[in-house]
Amino acid sequence: MRVIISDETKVRFRYPARAVGIVGAVLMIVSIFLPWSYGSGALDDVGFYGAPSPLQFAFVVLPVLILLLLAIPLVGKQRLGQWAKTVAWNTSAKTASLATLATVLIGLAAIAIELKGLVNIDVGGFTALVGALLAAVATPFLPDSPEPTLARVKSPTWLQILGIVLMMAGVLFAAAFALNQTDAGAFLTFVAFLVGVVLVLRQLGVMAWIGIAGANNNRVLVLAAFATAFAFPFTQNGSDANMSIASQVLIFAAAALGLNIVVGLVGLLDLGYIAFLGAGAFTAAILSESAFSTLDFHPPFIVVVLISGTVASLLGLLIGAPTLRVSGDYLAIVTLAFGEIFRITMNNLDGNDGPNLTNGSNGIPGIPDLEFLGFNFGDAHVIFGVDIGRFANYYWLMLLVIALIIVVFMNLNYSRIGRGWVAIREDELAAEAMGVNTFALKLLAFAGGAFLAGVAGAVKAHHDVSVTPDQYVFLESAFLLAAVVLGGMGTVVGVLIGATILKLLPEKLRFFSDYRLLLFGLLMVVMMQFRPEGIVADERRQMEFHDEDEELAEEIEEELISHHAHLNPERRGFDL
Amino acid sequence: MTQVMSGAGHHVDASTLLLQASSVTMRFGGLTAVNNVSLDVHAGEIVGLIGPNGAGKTTFFNCLTGLYKPTSGEVRFAGELLPPKPRLVVRAGMARTFQNIRLFHNMTALENVMVGMYSRTKTNAIDAVFRLPRHRREELASTERARELLDFVGLSSAADMLSRNLPYGDQRRLEIARALATDPKLLLLDEPTAGMNPQETRQAEELIFKIRDLGLAVLVIEHDMRFIFNLCDRVCCLVRGEVLVEGVGEVVQNDPRVIEAYIGAPAEPPADVPPPTAEPPASEAGKGSADA
Repeated sequence: MRVIISDETKVRFRYPARAVGIVGAVLMIVSIFLPWSYGSGALDDVGFYGAPSPLQFAFVVLPVLILLLLAIPLVGKQRLGQWAKTVAWNTSAKTASLATLATVLIGLAAIAIELKGLVNIDVGGFTALVGALLAAVATPFLPDSPEPTLARVKSPTWLQILGIVLMMAGVLFAAAFALNQTDAGAFLTFVAFLVGVVLVLRQLGVMAWIGIAGANNNRVLVLAAFATAFAFPFTQNGSDANMSIASQVLIFAAAALGLNIVVGLVGLLDLGYIAFLGAGAFTAAILSESAFSTLDFHPPFIVVVLISGTVASLLGLLIGAPTLRVSGDYLAIVTLAFGEIFRITMNNLDGNDGPNLTNGSNGIPGIPDLEFLGFNFGDAHVIFGVDIGRFANYYWLMLLVIALIIVVFMNLNYSRIGRGWVAIREDELAAEAMGVNTFALKLLAFAGGAFLAGVAGAVKAHHDVSVTPDQYVFLESAFLLAAVVLGGMGTVVGVLIGATILKLLPEKLRFFSDYRLLLFGLLMVVMMQFRPEGIVADERRQMEFHDEDEELAEEIEEELISHHAHLNPERRGFDL
Repeated sequence: MTQVMSGAGHHVDASTLLLQASSVTMRFGGLTAVNNVSLDVHAGEIVGLIGPNGAGKTTFFNCLTGLYKPTSGEVRFAGELLPPKPRLVVRAGMARTFQNIRLFHNMTALENVMVGMYSRTKTNAIDAVFRLPRHRREELASTERARELLDFVGLSSAADMLSRNLPYGDQRRLEIARALATDPKLLLLDEPTAGMNPQETRQAEELIFKIRDLGLAVLVIEHDMRFIFNLCDRVCCLVRGEVLVEGVGEVVQNDPRVIEAYIGAPAEPPADVPPPTAEPPASEAGKGSADA
């Protein structure tokens, strides 16, 4: 979306453009004190004079940003000093204006749809729309700012750590706020707002600055991230609905991280990966104390987890050993078939022909909650005056599992094994000719990824209470793969984000469920067109997709070198 | 720079027979790409392999390095029969580069070289996951060694660059560094100066001499005649999959059959005999599959 406006025009109109933009921003700020809709049924009730709703309070961040970005440069270049070049004032204002317009449009559309008709938009809504339009039309007439150099500003360690902590607090707040939006329109509006904020921060260079701060304070970043994730249940006031979604997201993400080894690192296309999650879940269900369990062997959960992982990885070896000699499309077809074979086998192990392991399509219901040292995961309890429900317990357990999976993933990635994997992905023949045992490494990836999925499956069985074959259909494999591709193959953060998006959106947009697949298809097409490397790009892979773009290539290369300079190679991965 | 290869500890003795290929034949269906080729390479020797396009040089290389299993004949390395598996050939002490550069493009130069050390290190998944002492020890040692090797080929400043972003000549040198990382006794170079300008070619020549001085034997395929006759102790000329002549530089250089194979026969013969073509068409297909 690059509007072609000549530089002379920009220079000529720079004062009126700035003035109009400021008026637009002020209008939007005023608009939150006006009612946006008649009636209270849309967004989270935005029908009051002088009493902005929480959503409107959040929204106002964007217009205030625009106002600041446009107004501060008015003090003059001399007084701005080095900050004139450190921050991309004009370009960021443009991005913010376009994002604000998108947010306003989505919000107004939500009002119109949910209250049935455009007539339900009140004066505040129109004020916001006019303001957003003014800003969005005016700001492209501002001269482009040079690339921001914020990332290169030297900053003391305490400031970097403060930045990381602030970012994490923001993430926590945003996640809690988004999950608490019960109304789909309000949720979408807030998501649009979040995307806008992220884009503006990126344009400002704040993201790059945080990235470098994170690289410098690796441990602080990791700790802060886990502290944030750990604190999340405290923001939910014992709401089981949201914590159920959150724990499902984590289970899904754990499986996606396992798949990420196979797809992201080794480059093998596995379309039947859900079978390994299923194998873990069924193993845990059969070994549980459920009345419908078919085996009379009920070891403690720690043992069950290991057995589940082992069963899954044995399945991985079983399918991998004969099929890993083929690659590319053929492997995809074989694994797809394997996923279906697993589901059908589980359906048929009902005792009619052969042993009864799974009760056929009924599956194994009534799986009891986990119990550790007398602590039952099904019990709600109160910590710091906040109710912590059943799902919050599972959420914390999964958080621990994910932490372990991330450690495994990172430690393997930055080792002899990981280098062998990536070498296979890059050029299998050359890897073999350099002494890499490609077959064994591929098998290890298959078995290792399956193990991780099996572990996640074991928790899933207790979390879901029942395990049935029809939970493990091909579509789920496709979603796992989509999470990996969308988030960014070979990365941890990317896959976590991708899994969150793919699991959270359908839960929050239930009214949209008929069009869910359509929406994801569209999302994937858009991603492949504009950001094929995924939301978070693997530093090794980013170049692969933007070959033709020389400027970008140099830019990334520079970024990488400076990034590497901050990284101590021995520090990669985690110590146990 | 000798400490680069200190781990190998080769004793250079020109009489040691390293590579012994006897009567290697490679057929693809009805096409004989390599026919009954025998070649010996001794320790510390630089041997050149020349021949017109499609003569079967790369196919012969692939037979030596286990990418192809020869239809008949055998390849011995240091007296042992070589198994037809590339990674076992590497373990035995033979490493190669490719005619069309085959680096791991999205890995850094350093990582590329470290992949070459795969067969000489033992860290397994358990070591890596739990960061056991073996992982730490080997990781430190391989990083250091990889940096030494990059330094050796003159790429120390490019260690953290993605290999796809390196200039062409540097990519060739990186491939050599990666091959050296496998700690070979014999290095096989497939057209190391293809596409290089004269200055880069001279640098490559110096690099190969440096490698020889470390005690390694080098078998090199090349089209650049000045390069090959400057460099090699012995030269073997392949034409249509067969050894035409083998010997020291001058002998091969002045052999009329070699000149004929490259630029055609002199004009003296009777006019009714058609001059032989410079490029034997029969071996074209063999060449094609060798590159695949």
